[in-house]
Amino acid sequence: MRKLLRHETILAVLVVLALIVLASQSDKFFTLDNILNQGRLMTEVGLIAVIMTFVIVTGGIDLSVGSILGLVAILIGVFWKNMGLPLPMAIGLGLVVGTFAGFINGIIITRFRVPPLIATLGTLALYRGIAEGISEARSVRGYPDWFFVLGQGQVLGVPTQLWLFGIVAVIAAIVLGYTTWGRATYAIGSNETAARFSGLRVDWIKIAIYSSSGFAAALAAAIFVSRVSTTRSDMGAGVELDAITAVVLGGTSIFGGRGTIVGTVLGLILIQALKNGLSLAGVKSDGTIVLIGAVLILTILISNLFHRNGNR
Amino acid sequence: MTAEDAPPFRARRSGLARLFSAYGQEIVIACAILVLFAVVSTINPRFLGANNLNTIVSGNAYIAVAAIGMSMIIITGHIDVSVGALIGVLATISGTLAVSGYPIWFAWIAPVFVGMAVNAVVGVLVAYGRIPSIVVTLGMLSILRGGLVSVTGGAWINNLPPEYQLAQQRLFDIPAPVWFMILFTVLAALWMRHSAFGRSLYAIGGNAEAARAAGIPIERRTVQVFMIHGAIAGLATVLFATQLKIIQSTVPPNLELTIITASVIGGVSILGGTGTVIGSTLAAILFSTIGAAMIFINVSPYWLRAVIGLLILITVLVDMARRNREMRMARR
Repeated sequence: MRKLLRHETILAVLVVLALIVLASQSDKFFTLDNILNQGRLMTEVGLIAVIMTFVIVTGGIDLSVGSILGLVAILIGVFWKNMGLPLPMAIGLGLVVGTFAGFINGIIITRFRVPPLIATLGTLALYRGIAEGISEARSVRGYPDWFFVLGQGQVLGVPTQLWLFGIVAVIAAIVLGYTTWGRATYAIGSNETAARFSGLRVDWIKIAIYSSSGFAAALAAAIFVSRVSTTRSDMGAGVELDAITAVVLGGTSIFGGRGTIVGTVLGLILIQALKNGLSLAGVKSDGTIVLIGAVLILTILISNLFHRNGNR
Repeated sequence: MTAEDAPPFRARRSGLARLFSAYGQEIVIACAILVLFAVVSTINPRFLGANNLNTIVSGNAYIAVAAIGMSMIIITGHIDVSVGALIGVLATISGTLAVSGYPIWFAWIAPVFVGMAVNAVVGVLVAYGRIPSIVVTLGMLSILRGGLVSVTGGAWINNLPPEYQLAQQRLFDIPAPVWFMILFTVLAALWMRHSAFGRSLYAIGGNAEAARAAGIPIERRTVQVFMIHGAIAGLATVLFATQLKIIQSTVPPNLELTIITASVIGGVSILGGTGTVIGSTLAAILFSTIGAAMIFINVSPYWLRAVIGLLILITVLVDMARRNREMRMARR
């Protein structure tokens, strides 16, 4: 437990340092408007990263989330525009499809014993392919105004989706930290065979986690569509790497058994602060990507120096 | 499971069965390619035209070559998700050298050494920094991709000298990339199977602690295998970059995933310790055949990726079913 705290302390110090440096570069950085707006931009990756924490804690990985996001975004548009369903029902169906896509990942991983990296690599291609096939490169626009509340509106002065993210993050933190479900997740990641022999329903828990991952990606899709007012099949491409970066930056071991939601949220904040602060300071977004890569490697390296046995 | 550590009951089997147990995955993929050719050419005979065959294999030979290095990495128990971005960076370096008056041979050879140097850093971070390879290469992916676009500003390289187009050369009417692919695959296969270095990679991937106890310098081998992988990525880059008259500052999306998939479908276990580079090359050919076949039987181009994704999944599931069965048989 002390080890965990250590990584998060390092990360928290980094976040504070980054905030101080970035704030000194631009007056706009520490305004309430800017901070809330950054929260808005963080939500989509954030929702996915929070559930990805569970996936990685079990020792797995889910590369298909970006494709599920794209697929669900397209389906919401098609259900609503081409099939004439009411929009809430279209969104509901989209969430069901996303969850089902995650469920399929879980089945492939648990029933067929395919390593998660390979299984979700396959479904990454499949789900994105289905999205492209359905959309035929057409985008859907013209959503009703009330729908934009989700991605562009505010509730009590805070962006709508930030509330949603907050709720999901708190629930996830409680489940992972304080429930038998959470303990089971860690147990699977530390030693799956032992977890199995302890009578945990390992396969069932994993299927539930991968299904949740699909659900989170679908939820992110609805928010994404609402935020940018349009649907395209290439939405969410590469979001899986952003989410994994945030999770790993947050101290979750890629080999499973270790990690916290708090760490992941800190990782998300650090990445978003860097992106925003640097762009305000005049650095192009590509330069920011370079820095995020370097920060990822350096954070883990420093964290490893503090406890010799490292991130395994 | 390699042929060497196969359980003793296999020795009683016939030669054919032994061949199948050692190269099962390779045979499955080779059969898949043949079936695909047979089916598609009955629907559309033009599919078997020599020109078409050359295009199919030659255009994707660089993926097969890159998959050789990736297979070595995965066999050692690591992964590299940055290789696509690396190929993009190396292509731009090579093209820039070619248009700014350096000798052509230098533009061809530079990617090999730059790739080696970049991956030496990756290898050191993995081996001595004790950072998992997926984390290091995830970071490297951001650094390379972001770095490339900020340096080039997304500009393309035009006006490449005609003699730079290595991939356009032909020998006995077969494009150069195909020759390189075959040459590198054979060399790497022999080297992985018969050299002490190659065997040590299998040993590390199979059981790192046992390998250490056997006196294999794991850290040094890890750095070396990443450097070799970088050099091979450089070779793949040359085949990729010299195909067209322009070099874009982007590579095909998800290139690293395509390369990893080729390795894994080719029979390299993602858990390390097993697999051959012959399989990964065959898998790369299978991918390009599928892509071309879709066009020849008039599948809507929009559904191309879905079909490829589905076929990848089916291949993986069949392969896992086969491995699970073999494991049960071996336990008996």
